[in-house]
Amino acid sequence: MQKKKRFWRRLWQQRFLYAMSVPFIIWVFVFNYLPIWGWTMAFQDFKPGLSFFEQEWVGFTHFQALFSDSYFYLVLRNTFIMAVMGLVIGFTVPIIFALLINEVRQQFFKRSVQTIAYLPHFVSWVVVAGIVIRSLSVEDGIVNTILLSLHIIDEPIQFMTKGPLFWWIVTFADLWKEMGWNSIIFLAAMTGVNQELYDAAKTDGAGRIRQMWHVTLPGIRSVIIVLLILSVGNLMSIGFEKQLLLGNPMVADYSEVLELYALNYGIGLFRFSYGTAISIFNSVIAIVLLFSANYFFKKISQESVM
Amino acid sequence: MAKKSAINRSSFTEKLFDLIINILMVIVIIATLYPFLNVLAISFNDSTDTVRGGIHIWPREFTLKNYETIFGYGNLTTAFINSVLRTVIGTVIGLIACTMLAYAISRKDFQARRFMSVFLVLTLFFSGGLIPGYMLIRDLGMINSFWVYVLPGMVNAFYVFMIRSFIDNLPISLQESAKIDGANDFTIYLKVIIPLCTPILATMALFISVGQWNSWFDTYIYNGSNEALTTLQYELMKILQTTQVTAGADAQRMNEANRQMVSPESVKMAISMVTIFPILCVYPFMQKYFVKGMTIGSIKS
Repeated sequence: MQKKKRFWRRLWQQRFLYAMSVPFIIWVFVFNYLPIWGWTMAFQDFKPGLSFFEQEWVGFTHFQALFSDSYFYLVLRNTFIMAVMGLVIGFTVPIIFALLINEVRQQFFKRSVQTIAYLPHFVSWVVVAGIVIRSLSVEDGIVNTILLSLHIIDEPIQFMTKGPLFWWIVTFADLWKEMGWNSIIFLAAMTGVNQELYDAAKTDGAGRIRQMWHVTLPGIRSVIIVLLILSVGNLMSIGFEKQLLLGNPMVADYSEVLELYALNYGIGLFRFSYGTAISIFNSVIAIVLLFSANYFFKKISQESVM
Repeated sequence: MAKKSAINRSSFTEKLFDLIINILMVIVIIATLYPFLNVLAISFNDSTDTVRGGIHIWPREFTLKNYETIFGYGNLTTAFINSVLRTVIGTVIGLIACTMLAYAISRKDFQARRFMSVFLVLTLFFSGGLIPGYMLIRDLGMINSFWVYVLPGMVNAFYVFMIRSFIDNLPISLQESAKIDGANDFTIYLKVIIPLCTPILATMALFISVGQWNSWFDTYIYNGSNEALTTLQYELMKILQTTQVTAGADAQRMNEANRQMVSPESVKMAISMVTIFPILCVYPFMQKYFVKGMTIGSIKS
């Protein structure tokens, strides 16, 4: 009884805190949790006009249809390849970039490079897609112009019409946009590395490259591991923005990804149940990846700590 | 003697190392800036002249006609106003929501603190997905409305946690002394927390506003057919998509008449410039804040 009374008294005392937070928590519930309820659609033959209780339940029919669709495997392949390429290149290059920037000695030059490198992050994918398509165009694209003038190629490459090249285009477009931005965290971690370690390495005769390898990199090791876990966990959520904006009918077999597939079937063709089944498949893979990455790295880091 | 040459050699490799790094950095600068300068140059170049090609970072035949053309579209003025509106309104209510939540869960004595934190963390990893989200918006009657731009994304768990870790770093004594003076929790939030949070608020304001300004997908699926609610990015996206299709068809030798339908490259680049310009204006002022904000937020979490 006494405890209960205290609970209510504290609730009254903190009424302002509640007033400031509860409305927004309800908000989060509505916009982030309620849609999960929509997953039931994947197990129904969902008809928009009917209420929840009037829907016809069909079990795993939509999943069976999905798994027997050969196009699904094509889309899955594209999603997976672009996700892995994005992870490998999009994760290592910013680390290398941060390492190099960290070695720039002139403070003004260093700050200028950083300022410029962060900029593309703030530009929308719509604009970036426009820039990429223009840079790769056959007529006047800078990439073809450079390759031609260096005599690497004899005639311009039609980048945007060659399927397998699309994966590289997406990966490099993403790298161009986010490399600087993704390096911020590593640079921040580098400022925290103990200066004495560098002095010690220097007296041992280590050059700049060896200092990078033996002092700077180990110094940001924990940050790298945490970010790597997060990236692996988010591997499947590569979205569809780049693919939708950069893709065109001629490269569709290489540009279509799971979410785009769900979008086209679910909303474009009003096959809500089928589209939801695709999204659920994507989420399940993502959750499995997240937990296994977490488990795996926990094991590794524990061992190395001991 | 031997020692001296060793020093010389190391200072030579040092210099070489510096030189290589500086060259790489210059390459990064050029690779980042060239596309923007190219867009700028073409947007100011006569559109028939642009077709001849060969324009890099300086217009050959300077003209303002492209900009006159795009603002003559009519749609584009509406789009511009909508983009500005959603950016301003979205940023203001987003900041209010995120700071209030962040303050509540930063208070160690707050009863619901743990529950709310977990409730928020989970949203970072789970989402209903595209179609359930779409159905929810539809059931709420928010299709074909302006509010679909600002309401669904109002609370962002990631931003809440970044603000909270900033508040955690503030000296607790300020809150306590305000409390002794008889201030209630809301007054503390308004008079103590908010003024001290300027750096992180500036960062968050930049993130939210850039996100609002740059988004096109919500217009595309919720308000795509409603011209009164169109946004700048969506209009640009539509123009780029039409040329994309014809670029594909181009290879299959499409006839000349169809090619005329495509808006000239210069006009596209002018619209791109209009969407980039506001960002370029605020970017230099915000830069010192967001790097600091990112650093604080990321190191702690």
